[in-house]
Amino acid sequence: MSWFKRKEKGIQTTTEQKKDTPKGLWYKSPTGKIVDTKELEQNFYVSPEDGYHVRIGSKEYFEILFDDNKFKELDPKLESKDPLKFEDTKKYPDRLKAAMEKTKLKDAVRTAVGKSKGKDLVVACMDFSFIGGSMGSVVGEKIARAADYSLKKKIPFMIISKSGGARMMEAALSLMQLAKTSVKLAQLADAGIPYISLCTDPTTGGTTASFAMLGDINISEPGALIGFAGPRVVKDTTGQELPEGFQTSEFLLEHGFLDFITHRKHLKNKVNLYIDLITNQPIRE
Amino acid sequence: MEYLDFELPIKELEEQLQKCQVIGQESEVDVTETCKQIEKKLIATKKDIYKNLTPWQRVQLSRHPNRPYTLDYIKALCGDSFLELHGDRNVKDDKAMIGGLGKIGDQSFMFIGQQKGYNTKTRQYRNFGMANPEGYRKALRLMKSAEKFGIPVVTFIDTPGAYPGLEAEERGQGEAIARNILEMSRLKVPVICIVIGEGASGGALGIGVGDKFLMLENAWFSVISPENCSSILWRSWEYKEQAAEALKLTAKDSKSIKVIDDIIKEPIGGAHSDREKTYLAVKSAILKSYDELKNLSPKDLVKKRMEKYMDMGVFKG
Repeated sequence: MSWFKRKEKGIQTTTEQKKDTPKGLWYKSPTGKIVDTKELEQNFYVSPEDGYHVRIGSKEYFEILFDDNKFKELDPKLESKDPLKFEDTKKYPDRLKAAMEKTKLKDAVRTAVGKSKGKDLVVACMDFSFIGGSMGSVVGEKIARAADYSLKKKIPFMIISKSGGARMMEAALSLMQLAKTSVKLAQLADAGIPYISLCTDPTTGGTTASFAMLGDINISEPGALIGFAGPRVVKDTTGQELPEGFQTSEFLLEHGFLDFITHRKHLKNKVNLYIDLITNQPIRE
Repeated sequence: MEYLDFELPIKELEEQLQKCQVIGQESEVDVTETCKQIEKKLIATKKDIYKNLTPWQRVQLSRHPNRPYTLDYIKALCGDSFLELHGDRNVKDDKAMIGGLGKIGDQSFMFIGQQKGYNTKTRQYRNFGMANPEGYRKALRLMKSAEKFGIPVVTFIDTPGAYPGLEAEERGQGEAIARNILEMSRLKVPVICIVIGEGASGGALGIGVGDKFLMLENAWFSVISPENCSSILWRSWEYKEQAAEALKLTAKDSKSIKVIDDIIKEPIGGAHSDREKTYLAVKSAILKSYDELKNLSPKDLVKKRMEKYMDMGVFKG
């Protein structure tokens, strides 16, 4: 015997009238607030009840920053090699392959140019989902090339950092990406092209010791973890209890390293306001 | 509205006027004539009092609790275009020194200034407008950023002095101020400095070297506050009036000894009595100064600025 029985026959609901099938996908923020993923998406991936900024990747940031989500990706095909024949619990090429399959990304950064509020902006955005957003040769090269694009076309440059630091599997080569990216930023600075660094959760290790802290303005989102040595390392090394809020974006603002913290929904406006002010152009509405 | 001791006759007349108006509203008595007379007397009294202010009275006005502060000016001048920027990229974001970008008309400016609080809580938060080394380093960072992009700088000076604290010394208060003075002297963009309230000593000069140095009519500017001067030279706090007199710290005196370029007139009763009028006066002073400077090449600008400072000082032989 069935639980439900259709009494009326011949019911025909048009497509528009049909309710969305429940996706069964909910997001639970660290404070336990539950939100429908659709609603989360519409709210710039910020939990509406507690303001928790969910970790998002390049796809979502491009969608937030570029008008109508239109942009041209730069160097989309660059891929890592395995110059050191690195092997830990896994061979590096296998790790790369697994990461690519899992994330559908080529590496831990995507770079793109597009219109933001009607004017060109070059954005390099890291993806934490790809081996912890770690910076190897590909990340360094793509950021350097994107900065070059900015330099040649005189377009403001923005990096969205989201990274655990340098990529161990590329050892010293990955360390040198700190220098490589910083060199490019020096060239941008000499050319007087604005560079905005957005530090998102988490921005640690080699990224803070290079491009993440070198913006004409360094900005962040609420509650992001930003620091050189991670909190666990600091705690284990010093044996000290860490103060509350240690290495949060609010902590960094108080200690003078951030120009401001912005809610994600104001991000596009604030970045463009800064660009209009510092380039002495009329403010775009 | 708060009144200073020398403003008491004004307070009395304003209260009389109010009472008179209330009588007029609540009863049949025609008070128009009486009100008019009181108003007339009020205007005359105000004129009389504010025309002959002593230096000490001006010092009091410069510290008037209702006086507009740096952020009031910036918000009035820039409205929604103001974007505050924080931090010295070194140790701290100093709340006593604020800065950011904003537009007057279609021109961007980098605004920097000491900020005081409005009540006990915010006064403490702003450390009474006394910046630490990180405040001066934040100011310098913003000035260098403005220079990089060719944005002119406007500073609002309003401080009883740089903060004389233990940590301030540890972090090099003197070095921070010195560095600012040197760097400001060769900044390749126009720099306009305005004393809006108190301009005390190195704390003021740390954001006070520029092409144009202006003062509001009731602001003061000197090497020390009259109280501290009295305590050091007279060995008592009691001689602040004489000290204020002797220091020649008013806008008029500063102009006559050529340490400032111009005076911005305040409305009768001081900046706080008609804020809008004050904001307008400051705005037009900034734009006028900028107009005079904007067409100079960076090289000429710096040369002229340096020459201006070479001419300061009086000596013989």
